Parts: sequence; C-alpha cells; structure tokens
Amino acid sequence: MKLNLKIWRQKDANAKGELVTYPIKGIEGDMSFLEMLDVLNEELINKGDEPVQFDHDCREGICGACSLQINGEPHGPDRLVTTCQLHMRKFNDGDTIVIEPFRATAFPVINDLIVDRSSFDRIQQAGGYISVNTSGNTVDANATPINKHAADEAMDAATCIGCGACVAACKNASAMLFTSAKVSQFALLPQGQVEAVDRVQNMVRQMDLEGFGNCTNTGACEIECPKGISLENIARMNREYLSATTKG
Amino acid sequence: MGILDSKVPKGPLAAKWTQHKNDINLVNPANKRNIDIIVVGTGLAGGSAAATLAELGYNVKTFCYQDSPRRAHSIAAQGGINAAKNYQGDGDSPYRLFYDTIKGGDYRSREANVYRLAEESANIIDQCVAQGVPFAREYGGMLDNRSFGGVLVSRTFYAKGQTGQQLLLGAYSAMNRQINRGKIQSFNRHEMMDMVLVDGKARGIIARDLVTGKIERHSAHAVVLATGGYGNVFFLSTNAMGSNVMAAWRAHRRGAFFANPCFTQIHPTCIPVSGDHQSKLTLMSESLRNDGRIWVPKRKDDAIAIREGKLKPIQLKEEDRDYYLERRYPAFGNLVPRDVASRAAKERCDAGFGVNKTGEAVYLDFASAIQRYGEEEALTHGIKNADDKEITRLGKKVVEAKYGNLFQMYEKIVDENPYETPMMIYPAVHYTMGGLWVDYNLQTTIEGCYCAGEANFSDHGANRLGASALMQGLADGYFVLPYTIGDYLSKDIRTGAIPTDSPEFDAAEKTVQDRLDKLMAGSGQHSVDFYHKKLGKIMWDKCGMARNAEHLQEAIDEISALRADFWANVKIPGKADGMNQELEKAGRVADFLELGELFAKDALTRNESCGGHFREEYQTAEGEALRDDENFKFVSAWEYKGEPKDAVLHKEELKYENIELKTRSYK
Repeated sequence: MKLNLKIWRQKDANAKGELVTYPIKGIEGDMSFLEMLDVLNEELINKGDEPVQFDHDCREGICGACSLQINGEPHGPDRLVTTCQLHMRKFNDGDTIVIEPFRATAFPVINDLIVDRSSFDRIQQAGGYISVNTSGNTVDANATPINKHAADEAMDAATCIGCGACVAACKNASAMLFTSAKVSQFALLPQGQVEAVDRVQNMVRQMDLEGFGNCTNTGACEIECPKGISLENIARMNREYLSATTKG
Repeated sequence: MGILDSKVPKGPLAAKWTQHKNDINLVNPANKRNIDIIVVGTGLAGGSAAATLAELGYNVKTFCYQDSPRRAHSIAAQGGINAAKNYQGDGDSPYRLFYDTIKGGDYRSREANVYRLAEESANIIDQCVAQGVPFAREYGGMLDNRSFGGVLVSRTFYAKGQTGQQLLLGAYSAMNRQINRGKIQSFNRHEMMDMVLVDGKARGIIARDLVTGKIERHSAHAVVLATGGYGNVFFLSTNAMGSNVMAAWRAHRRGAFFANPCFTQIHPTCIPVSGDHQSKLTLMSESLRNDGRIWVPKRKDDAIAIREGKLKPIQLKEEDRDYYLERRYPAFGNLVPRDVASRAAKERCDAGFGVNKTGEAVYLDFASAIQRYGEEEALTHGIKNADDKEITRLGKKVVEAKYGNLFQMYEKIVDENPYETPMMIYPAVHYTMGGLWVDYNLQTTIEGCYCAGEANFSDHGANRLGASALMQGLADGYFVLPYTIGDYLSKDIRTGAIPTDSPEFDAAEKTVQDRLDKLMAGSGQHSVDFYHKKLGKIMWDKCGMARNAEHLQEAIDEISALRADFWANVKIPGKADGMNQELEKAGRVADFLELGELFAKDALTRNESCGGHFREEYQTAEGEALRDDENFKFVSAWEYKGEPKDAVLHKEELKYENIELKTRSYK
C-alpha cells in the first residue's frame, strides 16, 4: 500500500504546530497503525530527520497509552479498538490519512502527537478509590456475597483504560464517560457504598476544575470508546451526584 | 560463596514467616515520618508497595516511565491470580500451592520464599475484594475460580480476561488515596538512570525527566526496585514496548548481583509472528487451554495443504488430528505447564506439522467446548431436541461469556473468526524468572536496595506456572516488603534527610551525563531499532526455546561485537535536553546489549535442562528436560566486574528440607 500521511508536528507545548505531509509506501495490511508509524520513523531517522513522537506501550489494547486522532476519529475508523490494535487492512491503497493528537484544553500537547493526560490521574486521586488499608487485615472475600449481575456490570465499567478517546470524541471535551466509569464501578459494589456521597462530589468537582466541558448527551464518547463503556454510566453518575447533593 | 546469605529464618517451614515477623525490628510511627523511600516502577509490586509504605507512614516517591502508574505492564496480564482459598473444596491448601509452584519451577526456587507466597495468597484476594476489584462471581454471589496449567485444582481467581488490569487498577487506586493524602509523590514520565550509594548503602537515584530531559537527583533512606522483567532483550516479546532492564541493570553495575538471567519463560499461547515489520507479540491467555484443545494434522501432507491454503482446518476429520498434548501427557493434557506446552509445540513445528505460512503455528480449537457447553445449556434451559445449529449457538454464547474479549482481540489482529475456525498460536517470550538476587527480606546485595516482583529472582525457579506472577507482585508489595524493610530502616531513625549535594550524587550524575553524551555522539550509521532487532534475532536463534553450547558461545561473541558497533555507530536524532524517544530507547538497548551477553553466559554455564532453560545436550530419550540436581541445584548470582565476560559467578545452594526433588512428570 502507498499512503499519504498528514501528521501534526509540534516541538513542545509552547511551539506552534503544523500538519506535515509524508508519503509512505510498502505498507502491509497485517501491520498495526503504530507499526506503520514505526516504518515511517525508521525512514525519517535514516534520512537524518526527527522521528514523529507518539505515546504507546503495551500494543495489546490494554494499557491505554496510545491515542491519535485519525481522520478526525480517536483511535481511527475501526470500532472497539485502540490505535495499537487498528490494522492497516482497514485502509486502502492511495488513502490520505490525517493524524493529530487528541484535542482538549485539559489535554495539553507535550510533543508532536503526545498529550498530557495527567488530569485523568487527578480526577482519580480526588476519590476514585475505596479507603481501605492495604494491611491485609480485612474480612474474608466471600463474607459479602455480591450479585453476579452487579459484579459483571461493575466489571464492565471497570474496564475503562483511561485513554481519553471519550474526551477527544466529545464536542465539549467532556470527561463524563471516564469519570462515570469509576463512579459506577464502586457504586455497584457494596464495598464502594460507604464513601459514595463524597466520592461522586469530589470527582465531579475535580473534573470541572481540570477544564473538561459538560455532557450534552451527544453519545460520541460511547461510539468511540475502545472498551465499549456504556452511556448508562453517565446516567448512573448523574443519579449518584443528584442524590449526593440533595443529601447535602 | 559466603557472600550470599539468604537470611532464611530457622524453624519449621510453615512457621518461618510468622516467626520472622515477630522477630524483626519495627519503626515507631513518629519516626516513619522522617524516613523517605523511593519506589521505582509502579506495577503490581511497586504500586502496592508504594501504597502500603505510605499508609504505614513513610514518605514515598514513586517513579515510572509511563505517563501514569495505571499503565504499568502488569495491566496486560489476562488470566488470573492464584490463591489457596480452597473455596471449591477440591483439596487445595497453602502446602499444595507451594508444592505446585516449586515443582512447576523445576526445583530452582527458594523454598521459604515460595511457602510465604502460598501463605499470603489468600490475603491478597481479601484485600483486593475490599478495594473493589470486581472478580468474577457465581450466581450465589461467591467468587468463581478457574484452573490453570500445571495444577489439578481450581484456585485461579479472575476478572474476565483482564485480571491484571483490575488488580493493577486496585493498586493504583490505593496509590491515589496516598497521593491525595500527600504521602506519595508520584513522578511519572521519569526514568531511573543510576543508583546512588553512600557508604555502600543505596541512598538515592539519578532520574531523567522524559519530557524536559532534565537530570534530577532524588535521595531516600532506601530504594525499592519493582521494574519488571527483561523479556524485551529478545526484541519481540509479549512485554510492553517500553519494558526495560535499566533500573535493575544500573543497580547491578553498582553491586547488586544478577541471578539466573537465562531463566526465561516462553509462553505457549501467543499469536504467531506475521511478518518482518512486527514490533511485538500478543499473548492469548493460558486460561484458554481450559477449554481449547491443541492439535496439528497427523499427516504431513495435510499440514502442507493447510499451509498452502488448499485445506481448511475444519475440513480435517477428528481421526486425522494429532492432539499431541493429550497424547503425550494424559494426566494433565492441554493443561501441562508452559515450558512443557511450548517445547511440545516447537517439536511438532520443527518436525514439519506447523499450520501457518511460516510453519510456526499450531491450532487451539474450541469446537468441542462449544459443542459440550451448548449441550449443557440446552439441558439446563429445558430445551428439548435442540438441533446442531441451536447447540452451537448456545455453546458460542457460553464461550463468549468466558473469553469474549480474547476472541475479539484475536479476530482484530489475525482477521479470522475464532468461533468458526481454530485459533493459531505459537510460543513467545513472556516472563523472565531471573532478576536481581534478593535475600528473604527482598534486599539485594546492596544494602538498602530492595527488589520486588518480576524484577527479582526468588519465587518462580526455572519456570513460572500461570497466575503466579500477579500473586508474587502483590504479595511482595502489600505484605512482604512493608514488613521486611522496617527491619533495615529501624537503624536509620537518627540519620535525618539524605542530602543530594554530596560527592556521591555528583559522581553518579556525571556518570549519567557522560553516558548520554556518548550515546548522542554516535557516528550515525544505524537506528536504535536496527541494533535491537539484531540482538533479538541472536537471542531467539541461539538462546531461545532450545540452547546448546556451540550456539551460546556464538551468541556471546556476536553480542559483544554488536555492542561495540552500537556504541560507535548508533544514530540518535534530536537533542538530549527535551523529549527524545530515540534516546530513551538507546539507553535501554545499551543495557540489553550487556544483559544479553550475561544471559548467554549464564545459559552456557548451566549444563542441565530445567524449566524454561532447555539445553539440547541434556534431554531424555523422549525429549523431556533432563535436570541435574547433583551439580546445578543452585541459583547463579553474577557479580558485575566491567564487561559481561568478566562477571563472577556466585552460587546460592538451594536447600530442600520439606520437598523431595522428583523428576517432573505430567504424564
């Protein structure tokens, strides 16, 4: 395959970025999108140019490091995959592909295609945990039976990989899907009940402080989410939040 | 040999850990506030250790090269975590878990450490459930279990095929709680470049901020390394691309002995290599072997027809298939341990029965599981006279519930539907059992430098059973290290903060700067990946699933020459004073080029076959590994003396007081 890549290049957070065109050939369908970029980078290095920097690590779709806005969509045209699991067989010979970093005020660009997603960490630090000591002196795991349906639903919410596609897909750059996934996981489990009121308020407050926008029920986040995190979680977080604030 | 004191407590096996905890010194809570600890690596071992140490009251600084601790490679572990809970009532006990782990490791792990691991395993599950880890449940609300390779009981707890992810997110949330309390300072996108020793004790690290390129000094009273394994020495492995050996290797250069580098686990169920462009390999969870049957064609001409695309696997009749694991190992069948399953796949492919284009793949087939589950579902739902189509539909639903995300992942990568046609799998480098030598307290041969999880050597021997890596990471981090480190730190309560303007910090920073300058000054012939791929090929061809003396010697010579070429001719674009991913890679590959040689040297000195180390010269008539307990019942611990060829071997004799060493048999 021959492709025409238009890639966002930006030296650092303060530099002005621009789209640069790179023609590339010899791309095979079995390559992942990131392997295609590896091929480009090898060419650039051999020519004495600086390679394109992008975030990636596990390349198995689970660590959440990879990002990339590909032809305007987070993680590209395929559904339920991260960029590292997107394969070039989804593209056609001669295609032009525009590759940009995830865009959101709360995700400032660090370099080329790399953005700073530490705002997500700060939302978790505001309450995305259960305050139990890690000393091992707790009750037997089977002492509290958990309804299988609730456990499965909690698991579905817990599979969020924190990649930020939901934010990048949202016209308001809202982090509601991400935040609600964690709120839901704990709201569905008995262990999470004790702190539920504080948790949802603290996490929502931090989300707003970071500069994420509001949810207007567009649903793009759910469509672009590589893990299929459901909009139901946002509804659940709204209920949790409402109940927390009315309780005072 | 006197140098290696394992500090294993005296007394009966089952009482050692309890007794040790009663005997060691404690630090009073007021003094803990004056003690700083650095934790490098934030996966299961590092993240859980950091959270617990902070909770105890120490001041903790964590470092990881990823943008968030949540992305550590523990997140990719799929199958599960073992614990001797005996919830299933199938005869499990801490002793059995201990026994299976020692046997699975081919009697090359330390008895007391493994027993402690088995003892703590049940606590881990309780702890994680309390933290909100959504383990799989049965309809009655109780925790569900599955079985894994190398064992005859169901003791593996799991969260779909994403157990590592859920356990890591649990540890990460425990860390977040401590960050929120101000007890952990988390340095992300930072890499440890060197360790600083003051009066022979680990007193800090030199780190590089990967965004700004700035070299930083961080001091502490103790340093914990929990930086994972070194499987990326093979270039292609199931490890995350960034997983590296730098922190452990730099500690090795400062005096920490490196143990058993040649013990590498080759995992039997990975997606086969598809081409030269490949950057990494993807694992399919071992739990698939619970239901998947592994086979190749019985006749070579059928295998050839399949490779050429003239025959489809589903067209091959039952009697024309060779379920070679069930044939060779009737007692364990498809659930033999990883090293046994990997070698058996290699043997069939080498003999010409491989089923993909390159002849390096075998089938993992779910057809009979789909049939079996379908019939069961029809029965339990009172569906009478269900036809084949209905049974298949019902069966697929059950398989989807159990392994759906793995099947989806396979389909995305290979572009084939594993519900309709058998998966293709082949062994790949997965986990490294070697690592920094540690004593019973998890302290390395550098005082004050501790090592936990995959980065140390102690618990898995020559091979690792499935679902035991997560167990070790969390046991070390939550329950072992926070106790044992107190014994050491109790002597440091009057030391006060460690200054970073000492000559030792000056010297270490200069070493780091000089190394970076030298890397940037390469003549510019070849990229870093060029060297990494060459190293990987030498490692796979000559130190891979099977090794022999001749090839190992060749590997040593070739790696040594490649390393010289790397330092003279590597090409790193850009500058060192900002983000530079090529420079990061170069530093890591430079270390792999040293480790790879030590790896081959270690393999060459071990004239026996055991676990993941299969020496072709030492095998039985049936092609099974031939261990030599008389001469090799020891841990090789290598002391750094400059070039890897000069490394000095120290031996820790392994004492088995509670287990009789037997030939491993899974027949």
